[in-house]
Amino acid sequence: MTTTRPRMRRIPLNAAAAVTVALCLFPVYWMVATAFTPARDIQSDSPRLVPRTWTLDHFRTAVGADGFGLFWRNSLLVTLSAVLLSLVVALGSAYAVARMRWKGRRQFMLMVFIAQMAPWESLIIPVYIISRDTGMLDRLPTLTLVYFMMTLPFTVIVLRGFIGTIPPELEESAQVDGCTRLGAFRHIAFPLLAPGLMATSLFGYITAWNEFAYANFLIIKQQDNRTLPVWLSSFQNVFGTDWGATMAASTLFAAPALVVFLLLQRHVTSGFAAGAVKG
Amino acid sequence: MTAVREQTAHHPPPSAGRPRRSPGPGPRRPSKDGGPGVWPYVLIAPAVLGTLYLLVHPLVRAVVISLQDFGLRQLILGDARFVGLDNYGTLLGDSRFWEVVRRTFLFMAVNVVLIMVLSTLVALMIERLGRFGRFAVLSSLVLTWAMPVIAATTVFQWLFHSEFGIVNAVLTDLGFTSFDRYAWFAHGPAAFAILVALVVWQSVPFAAITLYSALTTVPVELYESARLDGASGARIFRSITFPVVRPIFLLVFSLEVIWTFKAFVQIWVMTNGGPGDATTILPVYAVQTALSSQRYDLGSAASIVTVVLMSGVLVLYFRQMFRQEDELA
Repeated sequence: MTTTRPRMRRIPLNAAAAVTVALCLFPVYWMVATAFTPARDIQSDSPRLVPRTWTLDHFRTAVGADGFGLFWRNSLLVTLSAVLLSLVVALGSAYAVARMRWKGRRQFMLMVFIAQMAPWESLIIPVYIISRDTGMLDRLPTLTLVYFMMTLPFTVIVLRGFIGTIPPELEESAQVDGCTRLGAFRHIAFPLLAPGLMATSLFGYITAWNEFAYANFLIIKQQDNRTLPVWLSSFQNVFGTDWGATMAASTLFAAPALVVFLLLQRHVTSGFAAGAVKG
Repeated sequence: MTAVREQTAHHPPPSAGRPRRSPGPGPRRPSKDGGPGVWPYVLIAPAVLGTLYLLVHPLVRAVVISLQDFGLRQLILGDARFVGLDNYGTLLGDSRFWEVVRRTFLFMAVNVVLIMVLSTLVALMIERLGRFGRFAVLSSLVLTWAMPVIAATTVFQWLFHSEFGIVNAVLTDLGFTSFDRYAWFAHGPAAFAILVALVVWQSVPFAAITLYSALTTVPVELYESARLDGASGARIFRSITFPVVRPIFLLVFSLEVIWTFKAFVQIWVMTNGGPGDATTILPVYAVQTALSSQRYDLGSAASIVTVVLMSGVLVLYFRQMFRQEDELA
């Protein structure tokens, strides 16, 4: 009894695990599977779990769609510039917080933590009106600035943590050897910081890449300046009932994020970026 | 939040449960070359200015607009005049607004309860799994977590498609013939349920993974001695596991409450608040009022009400957070 009981008791546990995995993966699987299924099989009364035949037609439709390359470029441009800007700005603040003693340090971190929880969903209206008043509607730099502000607090918090883990003695001894403070940081701390910078920027990248609300409400007339999420949300309007093409477009849009997350999984699961990325 | 990371990774909460306070603020290491002078302020200036212009400014502007008579005319001509609290009066006197507030709380409660219960169960399950099972479950959670909101929303629309959707096909095959060509998005409660399913599906991974990392900080010796003392599983959870993960649990809880409002995107894309008003929650109501009905004043007032409601939860969140900061400082 003592030898079989543990194994018996593991059955419900493993079943629960299997159900969890299935529930998590099915929507993702179904997206990819539909994207490869020929149109006539998609529109059948009895959908099959595994497509009988595979096709790349839907991907051709999605990639060949009007402006696909343009929106891809817009998304990339906005995302990269927002993340770079917030990295540069955050690096300065994080260094000041982690390495220097000054009045207002705690107040500054308080501001950063509050900014991290900013109610962006409730700021759409004033941001729209401000952009309109300053002639910034329909322009990509507006989105860049908004995404910069969205990712900045998190970037400061994470970089502060990373800088804190680098022993100041390293920089101090470089300073003793005649380096300036900036030189010491650049030659000693910065190379050690590189992995942290990479990881931080990846999460900022995903936040900006996925953002929909502001892209939707700030880019109205200038349709050429739209980004991928907005394009994807209007895909069904463009392609009507072509769900194969819609799923292919979703797959192409989701692929970069999925790949990045799987590669970073070790960090993610050790709680690395906990909470950083919420859709 | 990084706080979650920092707490789980570097500062396993002392099992005594009482947060330890460090003696003074001070940085981790005092600089040796005298005072840093103006440098720290120069370094933080861009961040502070950015926050002031891009965050504080819109917030103040929202408050100002909510106190003005601000419609399409004022948007174009810019001659808005102040009307005091009239907009708030109009809003609070509107039964539709109260309906929306009620629905917002319902949506929040259903989501948060489901998310917390499911993710606690999943976290406890992961802890008990073998190496392979743990890897499989964590990988699928991460994959779900990584799914972009818009992509997930689109996929759920496809899953629940009335004619060719897999859910209807499966339900019909199982004998629930009433689901043949059932138009989910045409029925209020059904659309509401799908949105809840979508939000829960997207939120459980973060909560479960975070709670699981918190669980791994519970010292094994505590479990062993409890088992030696003959404690039951439920008793062990109540007396040992939960007290240790409580701070993280509260953090995740308050984050999930706040993040309910982020469902704006899913709702806007999937149902636009419809059918009727069935899925309209506060942020959706605010944007609809402002941008569709051109009542920017009422929309801003609704946004401010939302922010005020949220800040109640934020207080809870920040209280946890500052214990954290005290510990780290």
